[in-house]
Amino acid sequence: MAAKTLIIDGKQVSAQDDATILDAATDAGIKIPTLCHLGGVYDVGACRLCLVEVAGAKKLFSACTTRVAEGMEVHTDTERLRKYRRMTLELLFAERNHVCSVCVSNGKCELQTLAWQNGMEHVGYDYSFPRWGVDATHHLFGLDHNRCVLCQRCVRVCWHIEGAGTKNVAGRGARSAIIDDLKQPWGDSETCTSCGKCVLACPTGALFNKGSTVGEMSRDLNKLEYIVNARLKKQWIALE
Amino acid sequence: MAKRIVIDPVTRIEGHAKISIFLDDAGQVSDAEFHVVEFRGFEKFCEGRPFSEMPAITARICGICPVSHLLASAKAGDAIMAVAIPPAADKLRRLMNLGQIVQSHALSFFHLSAPDFILGWDAPPATRNVFGLIAADPALARSGIRLRQFGQEIIEALGGKKIHPAWAVPGGVRSGLDEEGRARIRQRLPEAFATAEAALGIFLKALESHREEALIFGNFQSLFMGLVAPDGGWEHHGGRLRFTDSTGSVIADQIEPARYLEFLGESVQEASYLKTPYFKALGLPGGMYRVGPLARLNVCEHIGTPRADAELKAFKQMGRGAVTSSFLYHYARLIEIIAGLEAIERALEDPDLGSGDLRADAGVNSLHGVGASEAPRGTLFHDYTVDRSGLLKSVNLIVATGHNNLAMNRTVAQIARHYVQGDNIPEPVLNRIEHGIRCYDPCLSCSTHAAGQMPLRIRLVGPRGNVLREVVRG
Ligand code: SF4
Ligand code: FES
Repeated sequence: MAAKTLIIDGKQVSAQDDATILDAATDAGIKIPTLCHLGGVYDVGACRLCLVEVAGAKKLFSACTTRVAEGMEVHTDTERLRKYRRMTLELLFAERNHVCSVCVSNGKCELQTLAWQNGMEHVGYDYSFPRWGVDATHHLFGLDHNRCVLCQRCVRVCWHIEGAGTKNVAGRGARSAIIDDLKQPWGDSETCTSCGKCVLACPTGALFNKGSTVGEMSRDLNKLEYIVNARLKKQWIALE
Repeated sequence: MAKRIVIDPVTRIEGHAKISIFLDDAGQVSDAEFHVVEFRGFEKFCEGRPFSEMPAITARICGICPVSHLLASAKAGDAIMAVAIPPAADKLRRLMNLGQIVQSHALSFFHLSAPDFILGWDAPPATRNVFGLIAADPALARSGIRLRQFGQEIIEALGGKKIHPAWAVPGGVRSGLDEEGRARIRQRLPEAFATAEAALGIFLKALESHREEALIFGNFQSLFMGLVAPDGGWEHHGGRLRFTDSTGSVIADQIEPARYLEFLGESVQEASYLKTPYFKALGLPGGMYRVGPLARLNVCEHIGTPRADAELKAFKQMGRGAVTSSFLYHYARLIEIIAGLEAIERALEDPDLGSGDLRADAGVNSLHGVGASEAPRGTLFHDYTVDRSGLLKSVNLIVATGHNNLAMNRTVAQIARHYVQGDNIPEPVLNRIEHGIRCYDPCLSCSTHAAGQMPLRIRLVGPRGNVLREVVRG
């Protein structure tokens, strides 16, 4: 496969033809903040945290969905980007009800970690305090819509790793919500295999193991990648 | 014509203890009301949350006694799961509650109440606080602060954080106590005992010169409620409810806390956000009861540890049947510190504390669960109803300050009747009213301004509801 050469933050980087800016940066040891990106499944560019500047273009690009191009000059850490990232994070916090101090993911939450890594000291927007509920009908897992950032990681692992197709997104805009099957209680879903991959994939405390208390949810994302790799490389299939 | 006098500009209303004193036609104090307006609507916004989150959520109801809510909530969760928690978990929870009782009682005595006894009622308010105490008796003040730290250290050793630990969970606890933690606590015990004994000496001496206060600060007949062990012994976390009257007779005994609603009625007070329960069978005013240290020592027959039992004997002699003066809450608190320390000493020798079996696992097996525990200030109930999936449908919390609300009103009225003349409330009278409230150590942020006097807002109300005078302090 042909390689492309580009410059990221002043560093010369070579990347595979079909690589994204995020891939190229990661390979070069340059860290771009991400939230909806999840190794092992395709990207949707939903969260806008990975925005980068590309020289010569006014608009910003999401690093997780933009392919590298020959001679591209990318900036990942400018004042403008830092400002947008903080804004994006503040909006995420203001949109639903994130109460870290009593959350099952407190201390282990990707959203929370991003907030402090990116210097979000306060939320400048009015909280919208929407009324969202919790679906605790599944016998093993719960979904608290209050904490969902609509990254769709759960949807993607459900469809593309497990292949069950249970999780989906319904509604529009701020009223969008993760649903199960045809918007029925999770516990009534006929497609859910109770594999728990969605719970593993969730970056916040939205999906959780039932019975979890504050700060008890820890997730091992390596497990997902392990499954994907094993499948792609047919690691479990004994070759004759 | 009624006159309305407002003294002092109202600078900071929030966090004030608000009190109304009612005068009759003859200008005599007829009644008083202590308004609790701080309750923060927790019950409502807990609805819809999973019950497993409740210990951590309710621990935030109150920065003063998070541990008590944590434990009562975890117990309500146990009841919803309908499990018997591992014995080690129960012992560890008990240990944490003892730490909480010691630290809270030490705060109440040394930081908030002792300055009154030691520096006197008429000492200027600017020095009649823990800093004044530090100036007057630095060794005593320091040991008091260290005793409180000792209790907090137990909580921290178990829960990891001094305030708001999310350690007790439905089904048990999240971690045990290793030998190192036990050794740390053990090593501080002798000093804690010495401080508690010294405090007892100070209080008993102060009592001699405070005979009048003991007669006036909430000295009246009432019922008492508290948890007791199956053999009638002192309890603080397990056991069942007992009610006694002021003659010391047991009027209801070994009541499963889950049945509390059969025994408690709730009256609504206009200007208060707290529920004010009473013993149903006797109605009002006969059903007024007190909870907390005074009540626990009144309802129990023995404590079960030698030093505390010796002191309990002396305590019981101060009443005929029951000890009826709320001024003696202070004494009861000190006895409970000793009882707590002795119980901690014993608990530390239990090899179970290091057990790895700490948490029972279950789903929702009962749609209703009640958890009761003795908070330092008195019996605390958490009552949850959940749906099949464990989400809360309704929450009922009864806190110690609610149980005691009617008695606190009586206490303020009694003090006012004695000291208030005409429509004037001079500073020393304010101090006494303040202290009357302090006897109950209410869990209001206004009551725990350790650095100074309690912010008060007192209204003298005439027979036709007209405000005669309003005094704002703090
Ligand atoms: S439930 Fe979790 S994984 Fe799914 S969209 Fe919401 S935040 Fe993302
Ligand atoms: S990580 Fe690229 S848009 Fe979310």
